[in-house]
Amino acid sequence: MIVQLMYLVAALCFILALKGLSSPKYARYGNFIGAFGMLVAVVTAYVHGVVHNGLWILIAVAFGVAVGIPAARSVKMTAIPQMVALFNGVGGAAAALVALAEFFAVRDPGFLFLLATVLTVLIGSVSFSGSVVTFLKLQELMTTRPVLLPAGQQLAIAAGVSSVALGVLTMTTENGLLLWLLAIAGLALGVLFVLPVGGADVPIAISLLNAFTGLAVAASGYVLANTLLIVAGTLVGASGTILTRLMAQAMGRSLANILFGAFRATTVAALGEEQRTVKSGTVEDVAILLGYANNVLVVPGYGLAVAQAQHAVRELVAQLEKRGVSVSYGIHPVAGRMPGHMNVLLAEADVPYEQLKELDDINPGITSVDVAVVVGANDVVNPGARDEPSSPIYGMPIFDVDRAKSVVFMKRSMRPGFAGVDNELLYNPKTTLLFGDAKDSLTKLLAAVKQL
Amino acid sequence: MIDLLTIFVLAVFVGFEVVSKVSTILHTPLMSGANAIHGVILVGAILITGSAESTLELVLGLLAVFLATVNVVGGFVVTDRMLEMFKK
Repeated sequence: MIVQLMYLVAALCFILALKGLSSPKYARYGNFIGAFGMLVAVVTAYVHGVVHNGLWILIAVAFGVAVGIPAARSVKMTAIPQMVALFNGVGGAAAALVALAEFFAVRDPGFLFLLATVLTVLIGSVSFSGSVVTFLKLQELMTTRPVLLPAGQQLAIAAGVSSVALGVLTMTTENGLLLWLLAIAGLALGVLFVLPVGGADVPIAISLLNAFTGLAVAASGYVLANTLLIVAGTLVGASGTILTRLMAQAMGRSLANILFGAFRATTVAALGEEQRTVKSGTVEDVAILLGYANNVLVVPGYGLAVAQAQHAVRELVAQLEKRGVSVSYGIHPVAGRMPGHMNVLLAEADVPYEQLKELDDINPGITSVDVAVVVGANDVVNPGARDEPSSPIYGMPIFDVDRAKSVVFMKRSMRPGFAGVDNELLYNPKTTLLFGDAKDSLTKLLAAVKQL
Repeated sequence: MIDLLTIFVLAVFVGFEVVSKVSTILHTPLMSGANAIHGVILVGAILITGSAESTLELVLGLLAVFLATVNVVGGFVVTDRMLEMFKK
């Protein structure tokens, strides 16, 4: 009775946490409430549910804390998405292990128990291996391009079919070995599922896998007949699904296109093979352009964060404002590596919240922008997404900076962006390229603007 | 069994409802927060280990406890670090 009440308290905390996290004002409280609910749930489970092995459990928890907290504390803000992916993956693995352990503990399992066990093991394994691949992609330990194995599609289908077959066989024969094989098939399925997803779309895959882990946890709730696991897992599964859809919408893409688009896209590298001329300028040229402009738009991207140039860009903007230039930041919904990621990175550098503008605030008035400064961004200003139906990013909303009066493009090299697509904007006669490290260029620009 | 199904269906609706509108700036923290919440599998891992009878169950259970703990504490801490950035 008291246990159920405590679980109810925890479940309510989780609902309030998700609610809080949906509004900027209460987000941090929301997270605290969630953590509090978790503490209540875990302590209740430990106090009322542990018959023996208590010390072992405490040791395992201590190890988990010793690994989890330093990892979460030390991760750079730019690497947060892949960290979330890893945490998600281990959660999925934990769910699969719980179901495996319970399968070996229970005598005489019923139909629903078997069904829930099979689902937990399968979804948990998919979530784990899929998350590991997304981590490797975002950490750039492997290529960020879509990976198309020869016969990858057939392999994925084979893994899917054998998963279903092993699941059914496990349920009919109640053979533990088959359940292990199912876990292995799930791991293969997760890898094959994420490999063809292209770099810029990986965050969507993470969000979807997050929802998967939620469902695995919910299914494990049926295995253990535990209402809290069902409620919390389902909450995450449902909200994660919605969130995945919202993210896909922000990129102007359908989920199916993101997950399976790579099987169709073959024209990626066909364009832009021939040598074309670009116009590059000096720091002084750009300083004059900026110093005497009325209206400047800064479009920051992930490259800005990698170069740790958030503070440098804020100082340059402050200097321009002193000269009476009106400046705003254009924040694309998927700037950085994840929706909202750039806002976090700029907030870290104390850029005032009010200066951050979204697509709909910027694009209608973009023709009155004198200079659009693109720093470390690429795909989010690529006119190909608007004009080129064959482009892999076609349909993604962009900042129409090619319609501004002039463009300054800060780049380290002519290397294409994260999606691996060539950018027509680089060859536009209105565009001035400023090569070099973003932080270095911005610092030099600041000095040059001061001397005007 | 129908009780558990009822709970499941209601939780689906609550989950949909709660995040139906959320501004893009909070997508990343929300995903991370939801990620921490599914770490509640720690409860399942503790229960299963606390009643484990064989070595196999114990080993699987303890591994699950360890991984779930990483999920929970890492998830909440990393979410808090992100949200800390938003304060004025």
